[in-house]
Amino acid sequence: MTPRRAPRPEGPPGPDREQIDLVDALRAGDALAYTALIRRHGRRLLHAARRLLGSEEDARDCVQETFVQAFRRIGAFEGRADLGTWLHRIAINQALMKLRSRSRHPEASIEELLPEFDRFGCRIEPVWQWSETVDEMLARRQTRELVVDKIAALPEDYRIVLMLRDVEEYDTREVADLLGVSTNVVKVRLHRARAALKRLLEPLFAEARP
Amino acid sequence: MKAIPLMIRAIKGLMMRHLPGMVTCAEFEAFIADYDDGRLTDRERRVFAWHLRMCPDCRRYLTAYRRTVEMAGRAFPVPGEPVPDEVPDDLVQAILAARDVRR
Repeated sequence: MTPRRAPRPEGPPGPDREQIDLVDALRAGDALAYTALIRRHGRRLLHAARRLLGSEEDARDCVQETFVQAFRRIGAFEGRADLGTWLHRIAINQALMKLRSRSRHPEASIEELLPEFDRFGCRIEPVWQWSETVDEMLARRQTRELVVDKIAALPEDYRIVLMLRDVEEYDTREVADLLGVSTNVVKVRLHRARAALKRLLEPLFAEARP
Repeated sequence: MKAIPLMIRAIKGLMMRHLPGMVTCAEFEAFIADYDDGRLTDRERRVFAWHLRMCPDCRRYLTAYRRTVEMAGRAFPVPGEPVPDEVPDDLVQAILAARDVRR
């Protein structure tokens, strides 16, 4: 079965000699190092951006902006981290910002999208109805775009966790490391993001809320 | 007309809140992420399963929640093309030029 996510960035878990030298050269402003960084990591970023954005022009813009940001922030890069993973995170953020700018909806408030309970602690849940499988629904471009649009409408802190975990399929620990937060924070944000997205997708499936 | 469903919900809420080994829907909500991550203790898993058996609202919710996760994961298509062999030269030049402009 074809994996859904783009291939992970190359490289061993710890920094290799080549990466250490490259980062040192980038920090020193070595012009050749900039080109080397682009050649070493750019193709995988381009592949990921194409998948997330679906448009060649947007994917190239995303990769360009990713590297420009990376050059600017290389001083803040922690040497122990993997450079490819760090770049991948910047690229995903860039792609999400592009998706947001395409979105027809303003960013939603997470609190308004969380599950509702009555005063007895009982869930208030609409009756969901569907006659199609997920594959059948997503075969329609309009539905796929709607789901992407709704993901883009999630508040940023939640959107990035959902993208990394459910779309890019990083595990909880990896997401925590990428974002510099605890695994517990990832778990809470992921659950809220999924619950909020469910609420945003209700018009696709549900009858009116009771 | 609405008094009967309200009473049923009140009774359900009281049962879930006070009977041993039961949790309310609001408390059940906190279990979901850990359940899906396989992090619940044996006792918590029993409580989770029992609540799900008793509560049609949470069954509906969980089904929809999982369908949502599935849809999110598949909304972005698998790329038809493999990872490119190299970055196109014009893109490399565009990146370097953008860097120079913004310095």
